[in-house]
Amino acid sequence: MAAAVGPREPSRWRIPLAIVALGAALAFVPALGLPAFYDSLLYLILHWIVLATSWNILSGYTGYFSFGHGAFFGAGIYTSATLMSRWDWPFLWTLPVAAAVACVLGVVVGAIVFRVKGIRGEVFALLTLAVTFVLGTIIVNTPIDGGNGVSLAAVAIPKFGPTPSSTFYLLALIAATATLLVAWAIAVSKLGAGLFAIHDDEDAAEVMGVPTYRYKLVALAISCSLAGVAGGIHALFLNYVTVGEVFTITVPLTVVLMSVLGGTRHWAGPAVGAVVITLLLYSFTAADYAVAGKAMIGVILIAAILFMPDGILPRLQRLWQRRRSDRPAPPLARAPLPTVPAHGSAAAVGGVLLQARGLAKSFRGVKALAGVDVEVRRGEILGLLGPNGSGKSTFINVVSGHFLPSGGSVVFEGKELAGRAAHRIASAGISRTYQIPRPFAHQTVLDNVALAAMFGGGINTPAAARREAMSWLVFAGLQDKALDRPDALNLHQRKFLELARALASRPRLVLLDEVLCGLTPSEIDDAVALVRRIRDQGSTVVFVEHVMRAVMALTDRVVVFDHGELLAEGLASEVMQRPEVMRAYLGQADVDSGHA
Amino acid sequence: MSGFTMPSATLLAQSILSGVFVGALYGLLGLGLSLSWGLLRLINLAHFAFAFLAAYLCYQMAQMGVDPLLSLGLIVPLFFAIGAGLHWGMMKFQITPFNSLLVTFGLTGIVEALIQTIWTADFRKLESSYGEHNFKVAGLYVPLPELITLGLAVSLSFVVWAVLRYTDLGKALRASAEDSAVAAAFGINEKRNALLLAGTCSALASIAGVCLALGFTLAPSQIYAWIGVVFAAVMLGGLGRALAPLIAGIVIGVSEAVTMAVTAPSWAPLVSFTLLIAILLFRPGRAA
Repeated sequence: MAAAVGPREPSRWRIPLAIVALGAALAFVPALGLPAFYDSLLYLILHWIVLATSWNILSGYTGYFSFGHGAFFGAGIYTSATLMSRWDWPFLWTLPVAAAVACVLGVVVGAIVFRVKGIRGEVFALLTLAVTFVLGTIIVNTPIDGGNGVSLAAVAIPKFGPTPSSTFYLLALIAATATLLVAWAIAVSKLGAGLFAIHDDEDAAEVMGVPTYRYKLVALAISCSLAGVAGGIHALFLNYVTVGEVFTITVPLTVVLMSVLGGTRHWAGPAVGAVVITLLLYSFTAADYAVAGKAMIGVILIAAILFMPDGILPRLQRLWQRRRSDRPAPPLARAPLPTVPAHGSAAAVGGVLLQARGLAKSFRGVKALAGVDVEVRRGEILGLLGPNGSGKSTFINVVSGHFLPSGGSVVFEGKELAGRAAHRIASAGISRTYQIPRPFAHQTVLDNVALAAMFGGGINTPAAARREAMSWLVFAGLQDKALDRPDALNLHQRKFLELARALASRPRLVLLDEVLCGLTPSEIDDAVALVRRIRDQGSTVVFVEHVMRAVMALTDRVVVFDHGELLAEGLASEVMQRPEVMRAYLGQADVDSGHA
Repeated sequence: MSGFTMPSATLLAQSILSGVFVGALYGLLGLGLSLSWGLLRLINLAHFAFAFLAAYLCYQMAQMGVDPLLSLGLIVPLFFAIGAGLHWGMMKFQITPFNSLLVTFGLTGIVEALIQTIWTADFRKLESSYGEHNFKVAGLYVPLPELITLGLAVSLSFVVWAVLRYTDLGKALRASAEDSAVAAAFGINEKRNALLLAGTCSALASIAGVCLALGFTLAPSQIYAWIGVVFAAVMLGGLGRALAPLIAGIVIGVSEAVTMAVTAPSWAPLVSFTLLIAILLFRPGRAA
């Protein structure tokens, strides 16, 4: 949730130092000389912390709930087991290989699965689960396992701690500390901001410049490597590994349960869940109520989803914040300059900024855009007009990379953009708004804008991006709402948030899709003034609009689309008088001549 | 059969036949799952737990001397009520499809624990007179319990298909699944229909459970063994359809059985899961 904390940056190193200090303190537990079974219980807690936290890095942060964690964990187990039992590798040397094998497996699966649009939610869960069973079936039927399992009784356990069980404990402690550090570092970094944005609205994130495919793959690779290490350690801990116990639905469901219970949007949530669930399970097993424990897990899972959908940790955080907010709220730290950000290249009007040629888009044979030529000149406000279904929004969707064009070219500042991924188009200097605002629902207004500054605008740290974002919130008049969630905004404010997001990447070209639709007349006046200021600070504007008053007031030129084709082009006042335009818009000329 | 049939051909034919039988059970289990997922947007993992609970109830009643098929008279209404009750709760909390998967998994764990408490984790096998009536047709061994399963699966699939296609109720259900707001605006009592359908899905699960009890050895942990392959059948067939799970189930059952005959039984899961992966990759829209 670090991405949602707000503009205040509490001392950056407090949390990682706390993690390391806690890890170091816990390293002295074996010196207490507790009975071995405490070491094993603590080992299991740490083991589940690693597994649940590593799962969360992809699945919790992005919302791609993987049920394939058992496969990556199992790949680690069998890599270590095979290397130790067959090739007599020393145990510790097998761990990096276990991580690498799990990582490669994850990247191969991800590289295929993430390419297919629509594999999300339950489909992604089922698919990754199926991968688990396929891998398990292959391993059990090949000499890797051979159906009998792999015994590691002959493998030497390295002497880390005073006893074998304390060795496992210390290894798991190192792994858990490292995993939590990684999970924290991702959550507060640019990578984390991108992953959280994917969770809320993947298409919008991509359009704002997040390389969604690469980020998901990186998150999966990190997640799998950590699971592979946990598997490598667990192989020797189990001493005897079988496919039937590794490649099951139990591992993924347990980590899902732990993470959902603790809170999937927080780096420490899964660890909290892991501690609670492991202790609960243990207390039931120790008291000989293993069956009741199983039922208890079910009850907890149901209760958690129904009554605490965000998890324990966010719930506690909210209680904590409520107590703190009884005190007077601190003023927004480092009040940003209330000036309009100066723009780099407010070049002279006239030169061609973007040239679309023969741009076409068909949906299953329906030609939404039938090959249009549009020229956008640097520094102008170009109105994009036409009746409903004429292809205006499709034009914006194709130019911004939301849809792949079926044909034609888009040249922007001399670079061909047609067919490029949306995030590349965003970083090339084009941004857009959505007709129906699509804010990231789980992030503050400020972080919504900061994301655009980071990805489209090429700022690398969340803190710097927030400072940049704040000045754009001032520009759009939303500075008082900076720390609110988007659902606290009204439509007018959401539209302005869309504008602030589109501007925060400092684009040379802004595509506005019906920003005025649904606004009251006085709100429209505000918006018209804002659009004019956007152009004045140096961006070129293409805007799709039905509100004629605004079109007349704002545009330098207009182009009119009809049935996916270019119908007219020129000054607004002149073009709107042309008979073919009036016919397309009102349809009356036809009716009249029919009756005449 | 004619004299020159090669023994392996008989073996193969027998494999295919047993594949059809087990596939029919996949289809019967998948029918309720597919309807619930496609028409109610509820991915009901507890479907499998309900089937096993019904199987154990059937087993228990058989121990007390009740004919397994007669026990349906009690089991079907009972599970109809359970399914409708569950869906009532789901509607109350407005659960998303993904969360329904998690919640019903929790429910599955509870039912599993319940079964284990009452009937222990040991394997149980229903002994009924049906198990003794096996006959041979054209040199192929045909067990009666499996034949009953096939008959029930085919007839129930056709009944559901006809109801969905030709009755007002079926049309209303399909309309609600497509656009519930518009359907409601046309006066469809969505809530009542949904409860009716949810109850029917669970009733179908319980019938599949009785078939399970007739043909298979029961253990609480076996609940999970069916999930993957039945999901594969449901996805292969497409959601919310009546005949598709049966056809897909038989396709998967036969290909598994042939795989087992040609290689080793332990390779069988590869078929269904590879198929599932392929469907999801190439037709992800089927599940959306």
